[in-house]
Amino acid sequence: MDRDGTDDLLAQVCEAATRGAALRIVGGDTKRFYGRAIDGVPLATRGHTGILRHDPAELVLTARGGTPLAEVETRLAAHGQRLPFEPPHFGTDATLGGTVAAGLAGPARAWAGPLRDYVLGARILTGDGRVLRFGGEVMKNVAGYDVARLMAGSLGVLGVLLDVSLKVLPRPADERTLALELDQAQALEHMASLARGALPLSASSWIGGRLYLRFEGSTETLDAVAARVGGELLPDGGSFWASLREQTHPYFAGEQPLWRCTVPGLVAPLPLGSEPLVEWNGMQRWYRGVAAAAGFEAAAAVGGHATLFRHHSDAAEVFTPLAPPLLRLHRELKRVFDPAGILNPGRMYADL
Amino acid sequence: MTPDPALLRDLRAALGADAVLVSTEACAPFECDALTAHRRSPDVVVLPRTTDEVRSVLRACRHHGTPVVARGAGTGLSGGSLPVAGGVLLVLARLNQILEVDPRRRLARVQPGVTNLEISGAAAPHGLYYAPDPSSQVACTIGGNVAENSGGVHCLKHGLTVHNLLEIRVVTIDGDLLVLGSETGEAPGLPLLALLTGSEGMLGVVVEATVRLKPLPERVELLMVAFDDVRRCADAVGRVIASGIVPAGLEMMDAPAMRAAEAFAHCGYPTDADALLLCELDGLHHDVEHDLQAVETLLRDCGATSLRVAVDATERQRMWSGRKSAFPAVGRLAPDYFCMDGTIPRRHLADVLQRIGELSQAAGLPVANVFHAGDGNLHPLILFDAGEPGAVERAEHLGAEILELCVAVGGTVTGEHGVGVEKLGPMCTQFGSGELEAFHAVKRAFDPDGLLNPGKAVPTLARCADYGAMRVHGGKLPFSHLPRF
Repeated sequence: MDRDGTDDLLAQVCEAATRGAALRIVGGDTKRFYGRAIDGVPLATRGHTGILRHDPAELVLTARGGTPLAEVETRLAAHGQRLPFEPPHFGTDATLGGTVAAGLAGPARAWAGPLRDYVLGARILTGDGRVLRFGGEVMKNVAGYDVARLMAGSLGVLGVLLDVSLKVLPRPADERTLALELDQAQALEHMASLARGALPLSASSWIGGRLYLRFEGSTETLDAVAARVGGELLPDGGSFWASLREQTHPYFAGEQPLWRCTVPGLVAPLPLGSEPLVEWNGMQRWYRGVAAAAGFEAAAAVGGHATLFRHHSDAAEVFTPLAPPLLRLHRELKRVFDPAGILNPGRMYADL
Repeated sequence: MTPDPALLRDLRAALGADAVLVSTEACAPFECDALTAHRRSPDVVVLPRTTDEVRSVLRACRHHGTPVVARGAGTGLSGGSLPVAGGVLLVLARLNQILEVDPRRRLARVQPGVTNLEISGAAAPHGLYYAPDPSSQVACTIGGNVAENSGGVHCLKHGLTVHNLLEIRVVTIDGDLLVLGSETGEAPGLPLLALLTGSEGMLGVVVEATVRLKPLPERVELLMVAFDDVRRCADAVGRVIASGIVPAGLEMMDAPAMRAAEAFAHCGYPTDADALLLCELDGLHHDVEHDLQAVETLLRDCGATSLRVAVDATERQRMWSGRKSAFPAVGRLAPDYFCMDGTIPRRHLADVLQRIGELSQAAGLPVANVFHAGDGNLHPLILFDAGEPGAVERAEHLGAEILELCVAVGGTVTGEHGVGVEKLGPMCTQFGSGELEAFHAVKRAFDPDGLLNPGKAVPTLARCADYGAMRVHGGKLPFSHLPRF
């Protein structure tokens, strides 16, 4: 589908701004659990949809915010390309705008970099009804502040993403997943050591006493890697990594609070009393059944941070609190783009 | 302008008298960066040794309402560190320590005055390196690299500065120390690390950077490919990328640039060709082998007239030496030159190069092209003689026309050199008043009194009104289909 809904969205934002009424920006409503729970009149972006430009030779794709993520990925796959940060969908209706606003990346994060690395440009609708375009569709662009990249993971608190331009990359010729039996401490050391070498380690995970490693490249490269790394070949690696990305793996089942701790990869197992699911060469560790605040404290103690990712109905804050000067800057930036404070207010922090 | 005595007293109290320069002779070396067309001797130069001293300097400037400009090695090409009237020049050269290189965590933590190449030097014994490699890497510092979001010849595959930063520590005009990003590159809140990168010292002063180190590639191959037609060469660039190969570097030179580079560096370039492509591939042995064969076949298909793969590291270095010395080499062809920095979508390469040739002819000023073709980042070098009456104005005019052309095809007026004072006018072509006002508001969020590097990077709306008026020829705006204000 191809539909420019800018005028509709603009009218709704202007109307809400006049009344000072909070809006809750909704794409596919697949990530409603993420961030603080908020009220607000839904502002639906799915009517603003369509891929605007994709020239495979440019390695750039531009699409409207409401475009289904699946449509974007299908288009790229048809040209042998992909979104390198392997974004989670968390449902069939996920949109490109929601993906960028959530700023989440999948198993490839440690190899390919975060989502923000791939944001080249954005057209945004501000909370006071301005339509502004930042960045562009070229790889290198230092004209003006990088407001487009600022939108990555901004949870809609600065603006509605109308169009986004992303850098895309070719898919590798092939992928292979190997599994090794190791305990958590050994696995953390092993992941870091593999990442130091020039091996194409595109994903890693440790769960239940097994370390899973995904490599990408030509068949010859993968044969050479397999000979060097050892372990057992996982026949259906693709579904395993998809189950981590989409959190359909049994580890994520149930209603216990789910913590995401992002810590330096070599940090020893965190003293959180439950066994984690480890990803990203040890940098991302998921925990279940951890008491409130314990996740924040454990991650901060080792120079990381934590997010109460799912099942946090009564939590006051779900993201690690910001230092006072940083929080003040966040508020100032919010005022620049959303002076009336109507866009997803409170989604990231209580007073933002 | 005589500096405010109360400010000087505060600065001397915080840093010691030897770290505060006021004499004309002592300040003179800091009058410009590598954009030497713009000069202004600073009134006060301060040389802090620690983060705390940087904080004191900024607090003093805030307290006294004094503008302050941060400067690294002064290699910038856009006048970003040009001193401002009545201001303090904050030189970060003494913060030059590599604080940590940890091969296990693949990172280096450095002070802002450490040079780009020093980081790779310190990482090399561990088989690691820092990927961004601006041509000034022997001298330019990481603080400046962050401020400009510096690139280099390997950005297409290995990223710009912003892609290789994990954490930066920044002092605000209030003297607050902000920690942006983290060792993992992930941090709660908005991605301010990305916003600060490339902000040209307008939002804060970088006092520490933690950068990602990459493993040195197992194998590197460099192809030198000649074409007898610029258009065929430009089209070949797009074909390589579309084929699913991402070269580590993909650089192009036209005949004037290539001949100048050959005369300068004696690097074995085929001077009878009309265009030259340097294509570097890196990675694992088998992957590079596969890509090398594919690229060779593809480039011959595209009409390459000669193709040579460097036999060893020595030949590879020689082939690169011409490209890396292309600016000074071209600089010998005329008394003066301006270096442009527009970036365009690659599909327009051939057309834009042709159009630049036409504009060059019409202006009567030669232009040599040497550029990062893989990124679409052009560096047209406009040759002129400043001694000739009106030549500077004609060269500036031609430069503005070239940048407007880049914007008209969907590109940008600066890919990696920054706006500084040089491209304030062309910024008015790229952005509307809404975006420019938003930039000024972002600046105020960090620096309400406008003391950090004032007057750089983002033009005022008044200036854009003047620029628009100035750029009207014969009653008609260039690119009259573009929005104006």
